[in-house]
Amino acid sequence: MRVKFTVNGREQQADDVWEGESLLYVLRERMGLPGSKNACEQGECGSCTVRLDGVPVCSCLVAAGQAEGREVVTVEGLADFAEQRARRGGCATGACGTAAGTAAGTASSGTASGTSLDAARRRQAKPAGADGRTGEQAGLAPIQQAFIDAGAVQCGFCTPGLLVAADELLERNAQPSDADIREALSGNLCRCTGYEKILDAVRLAAARGDARTTGTGA
Amino acid sequence: MTGVTRTPTHLTQGGTADAGIGASTLRPDGTLKVTGEFAYSSDLWHEDMLWGFTLRSTVAHAEIVSIDTSEALAQPGVYAVLTYDDLPTDVKNYGLEIQDTPVLAHGKVRHHGEPVALVAADHPETARRAAAKISIEYRELPLVTDEESATREGAPLVHENRTDHHAGHVPHPNIVHRQPIVRGDAEAAARRADVIVTGEYVFGMQDQAFLGPESGLAVPGEDGGVDLYVATQWLHSDLRQIAPVLGLPEEKVRMTLSGVGGAFGGREDLSMQIHACLLALRTGKPVKIVYNRFESFFGHVHRHPAKLWYEHGATKDGKLTHLKCRIVLDGGAYASASPAVVGNASSLSVGPYVVEDVDIEAIALYSNNPPCGAMRGFGAVQACFAYEAQMDKLAKKLGMDPVEFRQLNAMEQGTRLPTGQEVDSPAPVAELLRRVKAMPLPPENQWVTTEGADVRALPGGLSNTTHGEDVVRGVGYAVGIKNVGFSEGFDDYSTARVRMEVVGGEPVATVHTAMAEVGQGGVTVHAQIARTELGVEQVTIHPADTQVGSAGSTSASRQTYVTGGAVKNTCEHVREKVLELGRRKFGTHHPAWATAELVLEGGKVVTDGGEVLADLVDVLEGEAVDLELEWRHRPTEAFDLRTGQGNGHVQYSFAAHRAVVEVDTGLGLVKVIELACAQDVGKALNPLSVVGQIQGGTTQGLGVAVMEEIIVDPKTAKVRNPSFTDYLIPTILDTPTIPVDVLELADEHAPYGLRGIGEAPTLSSTPAVLAAIRNATGLELNRTPVRPEHLTGT
Ligand code: FES
Ligand code: FES
Repeated sequence: MRVKFTVNGREQQADDVWEGESLLYVLRERMGLPGSKNACEQGECGSCTVRLDGVPVCSCLVAAGQAEGREVVTVEGLADFAEQRARRGGCATGACGTAAGTAAGTASSGTASGTSLDAARRRQAKPAGADGRTGEQAGLAPIQQAFIDAGAVQCGFCTPGLLVAADELLERNAQPSDADIREALSGNLCRCTGYEKILDAVRLAAARGDARTTGTGA
Repeated sequence: MTGVTRTPTHLTQGGTADAGIGASTLRPDGTLKVTGEFAYSSDLWHEDMLWGFTLRSTVAHAEIVSIDTSEALAQPGVYAVLTYDDLPTDVKNYGLEIQDTPVLAHGKVRHHGEPVALVAADHPETARRAAAKISIEYRELPLVTDEESATREGAPLVHENRTDHHAGHVPHPNIVHRQPIVRGDAEAAARRADVIVTGEYVFGMQDQAFLGPESGLAVPGEDGGVDLYVATQWLHSDLRQIAPVLGLPEEKVRMTLSGVGGAFGGREDLSMQIHACLLALRTGKPVKIVYNRFESFFGHVHRHPAKLWYEHGATKDGKLTHLKCRIVLDGGAYASASPAVVGNASSLSVGPYVVEDVDIEAIALYSNNPPCGAMRGFGAVQACFAYEAQMDKLAKKLGMDPVEFRQLNAMEQGTRLPTGQEVDSPAPVAELLRRVKAMPLPPENQWVTTEGADVRALPGGLSNTTHGEDVVRGVGYAVGIKNVGFSEGFDDYSTARVRMEVVGGEPVATVHTAMAEVGQGGVTVHAQIARTELGVEQVTIHPADTQVGSAGSTSASRQTYVTGGAVKNTCEHVREKVLELGRRKFGTHHPAWATAELVLEGGKVVTDGGEVLADLVDVLEGEAVDLELEWRHRPTEAFDLRTGQGNGHVQYSFAAHRAVVEVDTGLGLVKVIELACAQDVGKALNPLSVVGQIQGGTTQGLGVAVMEEIIVDPKTAKVRNPSFTDYLIPTILDTPTIPVDVLELADEHAPYGLRGIGEAPTLSSTPAVLAAIRNATGLELNRTPVRPEHLTGT
C-alpha cells in the first residue's frame, strides 16, 4: 500500500508498504529517518517516541497506515518544531488547545526546512563543531542543548525518545516538579545514566526559560 | 565505502586549553546523538541491502535429526538459507577463551535459543516468515540445569569431548573451571572465633539489557573479503574469532565500529557478526541483521546466576577470624568468559576486608541453561552480595553497628588479598563508608503532603493501591572491591595512533584507536588527554576500526586506564618528536631549546618557566608527526590452580553505598528512596562522566536487587521472560536520587593516578538495598531479586 503523511513539516510518501509495517519501520527504513530508535519494538521502552498530531506515541506500536494524512514529528524535526512553537508563542500543537498541525502547515508551504526523503537517504552523520566546554550550538531545541550540557547522554540510544517526550512535557508544563518529570518520562527506559542527569537536563531546560525559548539554548 | 550511508564518522571537537583532563568536557558525539544523526549499528543502510534473520532452537537440549530448508529457500524474496553444512571451512566454532560455541548448531543444540539456521531476504518480514518454514526435527535429550544434575553419576555431558586447557584440572567435565584459594588455616582460625555466621545466598540471572539491539551490516568486498560495521566491545577480539570461520585472512575482514547503544559486557561475545558475514559472502550483497528485543535476550550471554555458601567468624571485639566459602556459578551451555568470572569471584570473595585465613572455592558449571559471561562487575558482584549480607549478620550477632563493624575490618593499602597479593595503592574502604554515612538522610514520610499522600512517592507508585498505611523505612550499607583490567597474566595492552599536523592554520591532533565507545565517554577523555599532552585545542577522534592495533576490550573498567594510557603514552612520544622538529628548525634561536624542560601549551612550545619559544603552527608547518604505539600496564600472573596464590590483579576500585528504602509490608513492594554512593576514582579525568557512570552502575545494582531476573524454567531450561514486558529494568520512577561523593586518591601506578570506575558502583548497590529492606522488615532475604512474595510471606 501507499502511505502519505507529513514528517517534520514535509509531505512524505512511501510505496509498497506492508500492512504490518510499523510507523517506526517506515520512518527508519523507508524515509531515511533513523533518529527514532528500535530498542524493543514492543511498546515498552519509549526509544521510538514520536509525536503523532502532537501526541507522544511509541511509533513501534503504530501501524504505518494509521499515520495516513497525519503529522509526525521525530527527533530529527525537534529543533524546527521547538523554534516554530517559540515563534507562535509557545503553542505549536493541539496539545495546547489550538488547532493541531499549524506549525507543519506552515512548513509544507515552504518556509521551514524539513528533510526531503532524498536528502535524508544520503545523509551522512556530521561532525560536531561545538566548543568543548559549553557545547553551545545553534539549531538545537532547548531540551536537546540541555541534554548535552547536563551530561544526560551516554550511549544515547534512549535519547531521541526521551527528548521527544521531555519536549512535550515542557510544552504542557513549563515548570514541572520532579514528580511531574518522573511521571512524564516513566515510559522511557534508559540503561546507562541512572536517570539523574536526565532529570537535571529537564530541570535545566525548564530553568533556562521553558519551551517557549528556543534556538540558542540560552 | 561507497554506498553505505550513516557510517561512523570522525568527531572533531575544539576546546580551550582548560578542556583537558580534569574538566567536565562535553561529549564530542553529543550533538549527533541529540539530533538523531548518530549512526548506531541498527541504523546502517546500504542500497540493495538484504536483511538477515536467525532461526533459533525452540528446545534447550536436543539432537538435530534433520533440517529441511527447501520450502524456505523457495519463498519469493529469499536469497539464501544457510545451516551448519554451508560453513565454508573446518573452523565451525568460536569463543572468547574456549572455542566451544558453534556458529550454527551442528548435531545438537545445547540451550534454548541457540542459532540453527540463517536466512537472507529483501525484507525483514520475508526473512522471518521464510525462517518459520524451515522444518527441524529434534530428539530431546535429558537436561543439566544445576550443580546436582550436572555432576551426579551418569549426568549427560554438555560437551562430550573437551580438549580445552581447563579440562585436565576440573573435577567433572560439566565444570568449566574451578579455582580454590587456600591461605592460612581456616579451621584453626575458626576455633578462635567467638561468633560464627553462615549463610546460603542466591543471585538471580541478570541481563545487560543494553538498549541498542545487536546489529550490524556486512558488505562483501571486491577482493573476496568483507567489510563489517558492527556494535561491539572489542573489534580485534571479534576479528580473531570471525576470520577463521570465514576462511579469510584477518586483513580481508575489515571491521569498523558503528554506534553502540550500551554494552555492559553483553557485547564481549559474538552475536550476529559471523552470521551477517556468511550471508553477505554467500549472496554477494550487503546484509544487515538487527535483533529485536525478544531475540536480544537470546543473542548475548547474561550475568552468571550463583549460589554462594559463606561462613565467617569474628572475635567478640569484632575482628574477622576466617572465611570459608563456596561459590557455584552457572555458566550455561558455552564457556564464554566463565573461567575469568571464576577467577574474579574467588579472588574477591572476601571483599574489601582483612581476613588472613581462608578456604575458598569457586566453580562455573556447564549446563543447558542460557550461556552466561561478562556483565558489569564480573564475578565480583555475586560475591559482594553474599559477603555484605554476612557482615550485617556478624554485626548484629555482636551487637555492633554494621558500618563500624565493617570499618574495623576494612582493608587498607598494604592489606593482602586471599591470593597473597598486596593491595599497593590507596584502599580507602573505611573512609568511603564514613562518607556515605555522613550524608544527610532524606526526610521521613516524604509522601505526605498537605493534601494527603502523594501516591507517586509511595512503593507501588501510580497504581494508587495504598496511602502509606503499611510503609516502613530501612537504611542499609555496603561496600565492595572490584579489580580493574584483565587479570591472571593476560597481556592486557592497548594501541593508539596519534597524528599532529596543521589544518586550516591550526595545530590539530587526531587520535585513532580501536577502542569501542559504548557510551562510557572514552572519546571525550581521549580528546582531553590529547589536549593536555599536546597543548592543542582541536582534537579529532578517528572512528574505531581494525586499521589500527588492538585497544583491548571496553570492559573490566579498563578502557580509560589502558587505552587512555596508550593515548597518553603516544602523545608523549609525539610531543618528543614535535620538540625535535622544533629544535631542528628553531634550536639556534634560543638556548632554552637545548637546556629547559619543554611542554606544549596553548598551541605553543613553552619552557617550564613559562617562556614561549615557538608556535606549534610554525614548528609543524609542512610536516606531520604520526606515531602508533602499544602500551601495557604492569604484568599480572596466573593464580596457582591448587592454592589460588598469585599476583593476579592490576588495580582495584572501591565504592560504598547507603540505601534508604520504604517497604509496603502489606503489598510486598519496595521503593528505594535514595541510594547514596561514595567512590574513589583515583583521578576524575572527566567529573561529569564519572558521576554519570557511578549513577548508571548504581541503578543496575538496584535493578537486580528488586526486579531484574531472567527466569529459566527449571523443567525445560527455557527462558520465560524474554521481553521488556516481563524482564523489568528500573524506570525513572523506580530510580531514586543518587547523590555521589567522589574521592580522588591517586594510584601512583596508573596514568594520571586514575582508577577504573565503571563497575564498582554495581557491586555494592545491590547488597545495600537488600540490607535496607532487611532493616525495614526484619526478614532474612537471601536472594536477588526480592519479590513481593518474599516480603509478604505468601
Ligand atoms: S521501540 Fe518502541 S517502545 Fe521500545
Ligand atoms: S540507554 Fe544509553 S544513554 Fe540511555
